Amino acid sequence: MTAAISVSGVTKRFGAVQALAGVDLEVRQGEFFALLGPNGAGKTTLISILAGLTRADSGTARVLGHDVVTGYRSARRFLGVVPQELVFDPFFSVRETLAFQSGYFGISGNDAWIDELLTNLDLQAKADANMRSLSGGMKRRVLVAQALVHRPPVIILDEPTAGVDVELRQGLWRFMRRLNAEGHTIVLTTHYLEEAESLCSRVAMLKAGRIVALDSTERLLARFNELYLEVRLAGGALPETLAGRALTDGAAITRVRLSGHEEVEWILAELRRAGCRIESMALREPDLEEVFVQIMSGAAPEGRA
Amino acid sequence: MTGFVALFRKELVRFWKVAFQTVLAPVVTALLYLLVFSHVLEGNVRVYEGVGYTQFLVPGLVMMSVLQNAFANSSSSLIQSKVTGNLVFVLLAPLSYLEFFGAYVAGAMVRGIVVGAGVLAVTLPFVGLQFAHPLWILAFALAGSAILGALGVVAGIWADKFDQLAAFQNFVIVPLTFLSGVFYSIHSLPAFWQRASHFNPFFYMIDGFRYGFYGRSDTDPVTSFGVVALAFAVLATLSLLLLRTGYKLRQ
Ligand SMILES: Nc1ncnc2c1ncn2[C@@H]1O[C@H](COP(=O)(O)OP(=O)(O)OP(=O)(O)O)[C@@H](O)[C@H]1O
Ligand SMILES: [Mg+2]
Repeated sequence: MTAAISVSGVTKRFGAVQALAGVDLEVRQGEFFALLGPNGAGKTTLISILAGLTRADSGTARVLGHDVVTGYRSARRFLGVVPQELVFDPFFSVRETLAFQSGYFGISGNDAWIDELLTNLDLQAKADANMRSLSGGMKRRVLVAQALVHRPPVIILDEPTAGVDVELRQGLWRFMRRLNAEGHTIVLTTHYLEEAESLCSRVAMLKAGRIVALDSTERLLARFNELYLEVRLAGGALPETLAGRALTDGAAITRVRLSGHEEVEWILAELRRAGCRIESMALREPDLEEVFVQIMSGAAPEGRA
Repeated sequence: MTGFVALFRKELVRFWKVAFQTVLAPVVTALLYLLVFSHVLEGNVRVYEGVGYTQFLVPGLVMMSVLQNAFANSSSSLIQSKVTGNLVFVLLAPLSYLEFFGAYVAGAMVRGIVVGAGVLAVTLPFVGLQFAHPLWILAFALAGSAILGALGVVAGIWADKFDQLAAFQNFVIVPLTFLSGVFYSIHSLPAFWQRASHFNPFFYMIDGFRYGFYGRSDTDPVTSFGVVALAFAVLATLSLLLLRTGYKLRQ
């Protein structure tokens, strides 16, 4: 099956900045994929190249097999992009904006789908309001709707939840999950890693224009299969038996490494035996944020990059 | 084709929503020119036998309005969309270069011709105009507005800021229109300036347009139309080349 997105050997330089330094990436059809990386890693640049907004210096990018330069019309028809920047045309209402956007994609009489988008993104009440009068979060929802007017099989969302309230964030993800279940491929960038962790089956991490990790979310998490018990002690010192497992000794919160949940009881017993009083405690599972921090600091086990 | 129609309609709705400044204001400006110049010069300047100065002036002012507003429409629409960033919506769409160019130029032509028609309609009851060759009038109005629409596309792509566009307007468009024989016949100029005028494409647009009204002109209208068509071909090629290479729009 043709890849939804296929990028090979893509480089891009802006003056002195090497925004992309040779990126190879394939996203399969039907995937829910996360593109992660710190500010300036090159995520938006990569998305812009896929969308035809920026030209790569070298390498090729394809959407469902269509080259984004030589086959730009097909590539763009198959792609819906939610840009990171909050942009809008102040001349028009929400509905006008969506109707014009449909027209640009060669679709007329798109009202039924536009209404469905408005409903799913909780915008019906603002349908006839001028874009200028919308709040930031509402403008972002319109951006999402605009990216979907032509029902693209491949959807890329560049930080769609920045500045969006909790309720809408959940609504937006529910909608994206539905679209994904219906067969749409979804790629997102976000700095809320728990979003990526709960939604995406595969993750690519970019750092300084290179892919430094590319794996299924599960396997990435498994690389750091460590469990911690975080305890805040009100009195007493950590017993000798646990000292070797402590990660942060002397700090207010002590983190003790576990090899499995069954060790919890033993650790608590050891603490009690040493006369420690526990003020609070929590069991910490590895999360994507932790993995991300480790990989970005270069401390992680080498990823398949 | 639907893509072209949508973008063209967007261009129309855009200026029509602010018709007060995009249509009414330029009509008023043209009428002020007419009032002042005809008051000062009527009876003193005789260009063609049997044609009063005000009669001579009206077609020139109409064409000047057509040209300036056609340019203003495509150039300001593009620069606004670039500066605010919403050009991205058009750039993300599968519009061909030709559709993109065609829609902006067609939108500019409509705005130019609407303003020109407005100036004409308001002056008609007061100035005895003739319409010797209406088809030439139409042909030059269409061609002139298309040229300036295309020039607006080029300038809109090139400019990064509003003041660069304003500079282009003040140092290129306005001088070329003013020095094109809107207010005088180039035959009244010294030989050097007469010759210089023949290198100004705006001169042919105005001269040909005026021929449509009075059947008289400084240059044969067929020649003028040839020059005008050539100018359009050059600008259209340039615009399409810029769009194709993604100059400034898709870095
Ligand atoms: N148009 C441009 N001109 C100059 N430099 C640019 C341009 N676009 C991006 N860059 C640079 O390229 C690098 C990558 O930027 P990019 O926007 O792709 O990062 P990002 O991963 O999307 O970051 P963020 O998480 O902040 O959105 C940065 O160093 C940025 O400054
Ligand atoms: Mg970005």
